[in-house]
Amino acid sequence: MPLPRIDAAAREIKFRNPELARRLSSRIAELTAEIGRSPVSVMHVCGSHEQAIARWGLRATFPRDLNVIMGPGCPVCITDMPEVDEGVALARQGVVIATYGDMVKVPGTVMSLAGAQAEGADIRVVYSAGQAVELARAESKEVVFFATGFETTAVATAAVLRGPVPPNFSVLSAHKYIPPVMEIVAEMPETRVEGFLAAGHAATITGWGIFEPFVQRHRIPVVVAGFEPLDILSGLARLIELVRDGTPRVVNMFPRCVTREGNRRAQEELWSVFRPVGGRWRGIAHVPNGNLRLTDAWAHLDARRRFTIDLAGLWDYAPATLAADCICGNIMSGIASPTDCTLFGKECVPDTPVGACMVSSEGTCKIWHQYGGIPNLGDMA
Amino acid sequence: MCLGVPGRVVEVEGLNATVDFWGVRRQVRLDIVDQAVAPGDYILNHVGFAIRRIPAEEIGETLALYETLLDQARRDDLMAADVRNEIEATGRGNDDAAS
Amino acid sequence: MKTLGLALDHVTLKQGAGGRAMRALIEDVFLKDLPAPPARGIGAAAMDDGAALWLGDRYLVVTTDSHVVHPVFFPGGDIGRLSICGTVNDLAMMGATEVLALTCAVVLEEGYPRAELERIQSSIRKACREAGAAIVTGDTKVMGRGEIDGIVLNTTGIGLTERVVTDCGLAPGDRIVVTGAIGDHGLAIMAARHALALEGELASDVAPLNGLVRAALDAAGGAITAMKDPTRGGLSSALHEMAEKSRVGIVLEERAIPVHDAVRAAGDLLGIDPLHVANEGKAVMGVRPEAVDRVLEALRAHPLGREARAVGVCVAERPGSIVLDTGFGRRLLAEPEGEPLPRIC
Repeated sequence: MPLPRIDAAAREIKFRNPELARRLSSRIAELTAEIGRSPVSVMHVCGSHEQAIARWGLRATFPRDLNVIMGPGCPVCITDMPEVDEGVALARQGVVIATYGDMVKVPGTVMSLAGAQAEGADIRVVYSAGQAVELARAESKEVVFFATGFETTAVATAAVLRGPVPPNFSVLSAHKYIPPVMEIVAEMPETRVEGFLAAGHAATITGWGIFEPFVQRHRIPVVVAGFEPLDILSGLARLIELVRDGTPRVVNMFPRCVTREGNRRAQEELWSVFRPVGGRWRGIAHVPNGNLRLTDAWAHLDARRRFTIDLAGLWDYAPATLAADCICGNIMSGIASPTDCTLFGKECVPDTPVGACMVSSEGTCKIWHQYGGIPNLGDMA
Repeated sequence: MCLGVPGRVVEVEGLNATVDFWGVRRQVRLDIVDQAVAPGDYILNHVGFAIRRIPAEEIGETLALYETLLDQARRDDLMAADVRNEIEATGRGNDDAAS
Repeated sequence: MKTLGLALDHVTLKQGAGGRAMRALIEDVFLKDLPAPPARGIGAAAMDDGAALWLGDRYLVVTTDSHVVHPVFFPGGDIGRLSICGTVNDLAMMGATEVLALTCAVVLEEGYPRAELERIQSSIRKACREAGAAIVTGDTKVMGRGEIDGIVLNTTGIGLTERVVTDCGLAPGDRIVVTGAIGDHGLAIMAARHALALEGELASDVAPLNGLVRAALDAAGGAITAMKDPTRGGLSSALHEMAEKSRVGIVLEERAIPVHDAVRAAGDLLGIDPLHVANEGKAVMGVRPEAVDRVLEALRAHPLGREARAVGVCVAERPGSIVLDTGFGRRLLAEPEGEPLPRIC
């Protein structure tokens, strides 16, 4: 059946009306001026938000006094070195590692998966957990899906695991859960964040209700926003309005996808397969309940339980001193920006990344570098 | 893929849907979406799974949401500060969809 | 740490992908200690689409290319068509639109299916006919199974021209014109190569451009100041080179750049920017403002140029930089880093 011609509503679903965008940008500038302080700092916690902001050049339209910080919202960037090491060690033990493209170059303590690949390990890039399963069906060797991503992506992994999988397939979970880290950031003494923009897709699954306790505790407004340019601009406008009014509330600016309860079915799948445990996020130290690991019911598909991962063999090297200058942690917490880092754009570039922020396409440093190192063209001479 | 691109369902077969993303089609799984999905519906796709069915009427509502923000701005401009304070004291109107 | 400061004693895949890394490899290894460039003409050091040698009354333009595309057969074409068109287009980009002759050498892996070879040969013949070019000599080699991946084609082309159009002649005020929609070839290949199960209308745009370019040059007189075909590295790479070499900045209007719906959708889904992927049937030109209308008219009158558009302007500020006006804001368009990998979170 041929698809009918794209109708006006379908075009609108892309929410890319430049005229409306201009008016929203002006509104943001007005509201920031009304607050009268400088800077006004708000934080988003989603790599996709940063990607969209950078890709559409929205920073060039933000007023000087508004600081839109990217927090720890890049799931690849906050994957800690020992987790990468687990993947590398398994690869060196002869297992096929299937993972998302972004993970391949993230530096571990000794090397990245790409480094292991150059030494002969079998690393495959996949675009979904489903594809990893298909890979395992076609392979005789053991295939481990090195799973990264926040809760939205973890749901997809969970759905795949609940279906039929071949016996040579297992999962090394490096999935993360975002809400706990917002607490950490809000409690950091250096934090000046006055409002949070929450990721629309994660909220589609979890619902916006989970932010209410956070708002009560910290008296900071949270606005849930989508990813089209108009979604982001209107989300920011609403957030700054709440900051201006001093009203700590949760506001849903993505009602077409997000409800208060979220997607219950997806939540059930998620929490039957995964449980939250405390763990280190790269550069941010311990995040209680921030890591997702497979539950006991799924032990048979847990790579950590199926294999003995030999990390000792990897750790002959002491980490290079250069890594000590890496301030990814501060960047991810929103305390510093890439241009504050002495390595940014010099020793640390996408070809030779020092920190994970420079590797992942959702990493702050990578995005800034990708868009010329100057995300706000207003700063250009 | 992380961007959660919306697409339009062309065909549904069990838990699998063929979705059109404005000229390119992909198979998308329906395992975790919490509503029944039929051809003609819009869905939000994330790494090969539909995570939400987007009702057509929500599109109009979202556009209205943007306009409301801007309406609020216009109203602010037209009012004197004291009138504004009075309105705030009695509570806000109909701006947010769910809060 | 091992991964740092890798002064690269081994060649990496990134260095074949057409961006900065490749240029660095060429400069560091291949252009070292070259003999002096021709007194009049364009030599290897210019790293233009080809070389131009002064014959006394005209230039002889010569270009060479090796082709290793995978998959060998893709929607819209194959390695044979790609080889011929690639070389014809490189000549055309320098202004040599009448092809004097082509050569074609092939290196085959033992066991390569004869039927495929004949299909490729048939494509080559068809492309030659379209371009009005002929292969006059070639070479054939066979290597053992596993010693080479399937098939590698090399083509060389020669042509004549009175005036060479370089890629470094842009001046402030010149408009940037593209001859058609951007991103077709790269995204079609990406989808096919990664078996990304995208059904849709993605097809390579591979085509010989010499006729189209002739029409534009005839209409413009000398008002076409620079030309390049945005192959590996895409429009972004081509414009960066042109801006860098010409010492101008460029401001592009994103919404003016023609991109087919299916290409845009595939790019969105995969997280790949159509401005960073190869085009094999398009040219980008710098045109003096007074000639833009007649150049666009000439392009659009030709079947391969129907979607030609003016998409930007050259400025004196920020030489070497490309600013993209997205319609919602502005940002820098950076050079692509190596082979774009589909982006997943």
